[in-house]
Amino acid sequence: MALLEVNGLVKHFVAQRSLFGRALAHVKAVDGVSFSLEAGKTLALVGESGCGKSTVSRLVLRLIEPDAGTVRFDSRDLLALDADALRKFRREAQIIFQDPYASLNPRMTVGQILTEPLALHDLVPSAQRRERVAEILRLVGLEPRLARRYPHEFSGGQRQRIAIARALAVEPKLIICDEPVSALDVSIRSQILNLLRELQDRLGLAYIFVSHDLAVVKHIADRVAVMNLGQIVEEADVDELFAEPRHPYSRALLSAIPLPQPHARRAKIVLQGEIPSALNPPAGCRFHTRCPFVIDRCRTEAPALVADGAGHATACHRVSELPPADTILPVAAGFTPELAKLVAAFSRKTEGAAPAGVGIQSARPTPT
Amino acid sequence: MSASPLIEISDLRIRFHGDDGRVTHAVDSVDLSVANGATLGLVGESGCGKSVTSLAIMGLLPKQTTEISGAIRFDGFDLLKTPDQTLRDLRGNRLAMIFQEPMTSLNPSFTIGDQIIETILRHRGGSRRSARDRAIELLRRVHIPSPERRIDEYPHKLSGGMRQRVMIAMALACDPQLLIADEPTTALDVTLQAQILELMRELKAASGAAIILITHDLGVVAEVCDEVAVMYAGEIVERAPVDELFSAPQHPYTVGLLGSIPRLDHRAEQLATIEGMVPNMAQPPAGCRFAARCPFVLNDCTRAPPPLVEVSPGHLSRCIRAPLERLVS
Repeated sequence: MALLEVNGLVKHFVAQRSLFGRALAHVKAVDGVSFSLEAGKTLALVGESGCGKSTVSRLVLRLIEPDAGTVRFDSRDLLALDADALRKFRREAQIIFQDPYASLNPRMTVGQILTEPLALHDLVPSAQRRERVAEILRLVGLEPRLARRYPHEFSGGQRQRIAIARALAVEPKLIICDEPVSALDVSIRSQILNLLRELQDRLGLAYIFVSHDLAVVKHIADRVAVMNLGQIVEEADVDELFAEPRHPYSRALLSAIPLPQPHARRAKIVLQGEIPSALNPPAGCRFHTRCPFVIDRCRTEAPALVADGAGHATACHRVSELPPADTILPVAAGFTPELAKLVAAFSRKTEGAAPAGVGIQSARPTPT
Repeated sequence: MSASPLIEISDLRIRFHGDDGRVTHAVDSVDLSVANGATLGLVGESGCGKSVTSLAIMGLLPKQTTEISGAIRFDGFDLLKTPDQTLRDLRGNRLAMIFQEPMTSLNPSFTIGDQIIETILRHRGGSRRSARDRAIELLRRVHIPSPERRIDEYPHKLSGGMRQRVMIAMALACDPQLLIADEPTTALDVTLQAQILELMRELKAASGAAIILITHDLGVVAEVCDEVAVMYAGEIVERAPVDELFSAPQHPYTVGLLGSIPRLDHRAEQLATIEGMVPNMAQPPAGCRFAARCPFVLNDCTRAPPPLVEVSPGHLSRCIRAPLERLVS
């Protein structure tokens, strides 16, 4: 039984109204999206800006109301919940945003930020809340004494840990991570990614991981859905998608990522033209204006998302005729044995860490 | 590196004086040189001094609060001692810069044509008519469709990728000898990033300009750079030809960076992490600035600042433990 089942989700935003309030133009942000997510697993939603991936994540939490479709969470129909039941549901599904500077209230201490969800859902008797806050902070690798400090006293990576701590406070089953590491420096990014994985292993969390970065997705996801202009164009298990990308759009995304490998020999698909507007998506296949394999049928008839026996689904008329993707795939290239050993020296510290302290020991705030 | 580099920075130090009397050491003893036609990647994380270095080359740092010493030699000039008037003649002409955020670096109240034409008229003179023709030509060179029509549009009508093309067209307006690109693709989607990187390679081949590419993305560095300088806490900690930097890095910080990026070409169960934090640059540590975060640290590391030494020809590292291979063999 899947934890989350999303079926035929549609959300159109009104972009322009007439003088009398009649809608003149719609942004088709999400147009018929379906997927499911097992407990304890990670589904990544990938795509370029404006493809609807963030809108999907907000619809799943019912932060915005869909125009059509169903969302079932733990076999409850989410869209039928009344206000009271919805509040209870919020305990089970949380969200972490991209910008750790904007998502924490600057006037509240970290302790207050973490106590609020406990009080709101009446989870822990007030006498024990302080203790629970300390416990949550340790879980994300911060020292409990930091509860008295304000968000501005922390670095970006530490703030993202606080945001994760806030999401964990209510013991959710699902956390939506909306570009959680995009705003962070590379060395901090790896700390947060490691933390998210460790928390998943330990607490059995399910993640919806929204990202534009396929390398990050490959590292963290179990299943990947590639979105283009409000629709899923390909969905597969992570290893499958990266070994055999089928949709021309997925291939283009994959080949566009610069590899940290000088003179890497692989063919590139550089898409020509701009991303079409979701205000007026192209007829037929929404990718046809940029697709190197376009035929007449693509311009008129929208392809359906069809899964093969192994659960690898693709929405492309020409999926069976496309050339193999081998040439665009990165050549597997590990580190030299010496470099691998040197790199390992940077991972060693966290391995032996006590169960309570995930990651950094130096949870010192930035000197002010 | 050829005998006479186009630009040569020696012992550049930049300090910022804050309102509260605090002095921040933004850049310390930076030596760099770029030859004609070469691309140098300047890599590092937020606050490492890479952007400040580029602003110093362009003479764009605020004079009142900044203390700069050292020399930046460019074609017979010392840019740090050049009068403002001469600098204004060089900027946009022989020195050009592309910024990260194409929305904020274009003036919203002028058409893109006006902005490109202004640059051409300022430095090249000639008639407005011929400047306009050149602007159209430039827009065509950066692959903007129907440039005759686009030239009269305002920046808000263009998408992010288009705006960055306009910025590049403007930077190329006077065929600069040195182009500084500060995170030119960071704000763009990957498919657009691929287009812009392709364009930069094309233009470099066509014009032979030297490029300093500032980025935090090691993938971008591997794709377009010939040589790389890694900066940490205001210092260059490693400098190497691009192949060597990726195959045999000689500074622990570079090793940590390489290990911490998730990669498409191999899967790591756990990513490397660089523990701890960047030192407070108001009081930089006496010894190696990376020592507190380094897994290979020795007592000697914290005693005196390590010199930048040549480990192999053209490959420099600011680490007393280099060559690092011997630590693991």
